[in-house]
Amino acid sequence: MKHLRLLRCALLLLPLAGALLLGACHRDALPFRLTNVSGHMPDLDFRLTDDNGKPVTGADYRGKVVLLYFGYTHCPDVCPLTLAQLHVVMQRLGKQADDARILFVSVDPARDTPEVMHAYVNAFDKRAVGLTGSPRAIEALSKRYRSAFTREPSTKDGNYEVTHSSAIYVFDRDGHARVLSTPGTPQEDLVHDLYLLLNTGAPA
Amino acid sequence: MNRIALSLLLGLLAAVPAHAAAPAQVSASHAWIRVLPGSLPAGAYVVLRNDGDRPVSLTGASSPAYGEAMLHESSNAGGMSRMAMIHALTIPAHGTQTLQPGGYHLMLMDAKHPVQPGDTVKVVLEFADGSTLPVDFAARPASALGEKD
Repeated sequence: MKHLRLLRCALLLLPLAGALLLGACHRDALPFRLTNVSGHMPDLDFRLTDDNGKPVTGADYRGKVVLLYFGYTHCPDVCPLTLAQLHVVMQRLGKQADDARILFVSVDPARDTPEVMHAYVNAFDKRAVGLTGSPRAIEALSKRYRSAFTREPSTKDGNYEVTHSSAIYVFDRDGHARVLSTPGTPQEDLVHDLYLLLNTGAPA
Repeated sequence: MNRIALSLLLGLLAAVPAHAAAPAQVSASHAWIRVLPGSLPAGAYVVLRNDGDRPVSLTGASSPAYGEAMLHESSNAGGMSRMAMIHALTIPAHGTQTLQPGGYHLMLMDAKHPVQPGDTVKVVLEFADGSTLPVDFAARPASALGEKD
């Protein structure tokens, strides 16, 4: 008798529990192909300067799907390769790519002025934005996403390289971190997940 | 008698400059440069083929168009992108070595005049035996992914 009452109670609660569960997992519901980081990384937030010299924050990119990548302009190989590949991804998205932004954050603010960044990002894609700022602001953003960078020793002519994280962090229109793309990730998977995010939420 | 023949042979070998034949055995293809805006360093890529019976070691490069050229390797380990200078790159006997984005490449710095996409840039490859190989590199735009679209 007691068991029966418990069972009835549980059956009554079941739809409620289901509704709660759905609500909690709503953000995780998209069938991503890349590494899903939804709920495991903080929302997009920073105070930096864009490549037009304008102060910007993470909130300025709400309504856009954001691809965040750390690099520097004196990097002649991997950074341009990544940005060239992202340009191809943007082309594959067609018209919808206008609702996405590539945010290229400099890990070398000493050399990367907004002017240098402007020429650099525009050589790849018109929807790419170059962000630079104080070393402290850049470090804060890098740490926020458990990313890292190290300035290597200078050569005798004063040149130096910067070792930096290779991941691309993808945020939805609400600024929530959703997926992580790493070198070697098939391009189709990134395109697939960007379509999912571009077709979710309201454009700005 | 045998010893005399041997020393004669060795003397003959020593008289022939060791590097004379090397460039003929090494050929280059798919040579291109990714041109970046302003005075930023550029990455240069090429496929090297060695038809000889011995491995050949690429040790450096120079270009009349650039103040400096360095042999570099990009690597990705533990989620970190790293670039470092290397001193030599082996092209195996009867094999190829590929300098490509994300791996081995030449870093060209201090362009003497602005290099534009569409230009042809001469780069002289230098080998361990002192031989050299001049190669024409096609200057490509920043967003290029290879020597052709």
